Amino acid sequence: MDFILLAISCIFVNNILLAQYLGNCPFLGTSKKMDTAVGMAMAVVFVLVLAGVITWVTEYFLLRPLGLEYLRTIAFILVIAALVQFVEMFLKKSIPALYAGLGIFLPLITTNCAVLGVCLININEEYNFITSLITSVAYAAGFGLALVLFAGVRERILLARVPKPLQDTSIGLVTAGMLALTFYAFKGMV
Amino acid sequence: MAKTIVQEFTKGLWDEIPPFRLVLGLCPTLAVTKSVENGLGMGLATTFVIVGSNILVSMLRNIIPSKVRIACFIVVIATFVTVVELLMQAYTYPLFLTLGIFIPLIVVNCIVLGRAEAFAFKNPVLPSLADGLGIGIGFTLALGSLGAVRELFGNGTLLGAQIMPASFQPFGFMVQAPGAFVCLGLMLCVMNVLGKK
Repeated sequence: MDFILLAISCIFVNNILLAQYLGNCPFLGTSKKMDTAVGMAMAVVFVLVLAGVITWVTEYFLLRPLGLEYLRTIAFILVIAALVQFVEMFLKKSIPALYAGLGIFLPLITTNCAVLGVCLININEEYNFITSLITSVAYAAGFGLALVLFAGVRERILLARVPKPLQDTSIGLVTAGMLALTFYAFKGMV
Repeated sequence: MAKTIVQEFTKGLWDEIPPFRLVLGLCPTLAVTKSVENGLGMGLATTFVIVGSNILVSMLRNIIPSKVRIACFIVVIATFVTVVELLMQAYTYPLFLTLGIFIPLIVVNCIVLGRAEAFAFKNPVLPSLADGLGIGIGFTLALGSLGAVRELFGNGTLLGAQIMPASFQPFGFMVQAPGAFVCLGLMLCVMNVLGKK
């Protein structure tokens, strides 16, 4: 039961994009079209879950025993960068269809702060392995959900007449604010 | 030469001011600008990292092979972020606690990586220093002004001092997550109007 509550709170209440403000660059950058939004969402889900697991292992089996916690930032970003590279090569060889689908979004994920952010949250909150795994999956799902919803709204806005100074990113941010407001309604749930 | 260095510096303050003109580095922009103090603190920390990484990348630009440059940039940036993290933990502990996870996340701030890739890797040390300083100060100003708007309307204060009259009802929406998005969107709109001249 606790795990379900945790998952719901990570997906909706503490939605990584709209309540924790992590990963906003791809949120605005890849949400103009539904196709790219779905590609980005899939790539993030894939990498975030793997990164959550691997950084947890790095922290508890490498950094803590050696007393190197102060190197956490460098270690995590290197692990994530290497992981992304490895995933890219692996997918290219063995699952070319998925590789083609994720395409350019995969390398971009190294600098997606949602990935590093979730890994750091897991460590800061002292979650154990199972809990870290669940939060990683749930945060990734929340990312995908918010991104796809937002892309749907943005495709509609293309058809609307927006005042000139507000066009593009500006109206995108205001829309994101409205979406964040709706997610805000989940606050009382958990 | 002197003139171009000044130009590299000033372009970051208006023409290419992040995050308004270059829509990069949005996460810290949205997350830490609940008050002026947090905004400025975050801005200065980022400035330090941009300047440091720009100088180092520019010094190493002939040694770093271009195939693995991104990985090298990330290591350089992560080093400076760790330095900032430890310094803030030592000297500005309350600010360190408020900014929390967003200090290590400067590593993945696209502005820093963007400057290393777009400028420092192609230019000598001095212009890179000016470029980093300009972009950093521009970012600090942007965060400070966004923080000022949100703090003024959300709390009725500026830098902790009461500004609004006592009868002012704080507009709580502004300091919450949705307010951050809307406020930044509207400021972008104002920038677009001002830039049209």
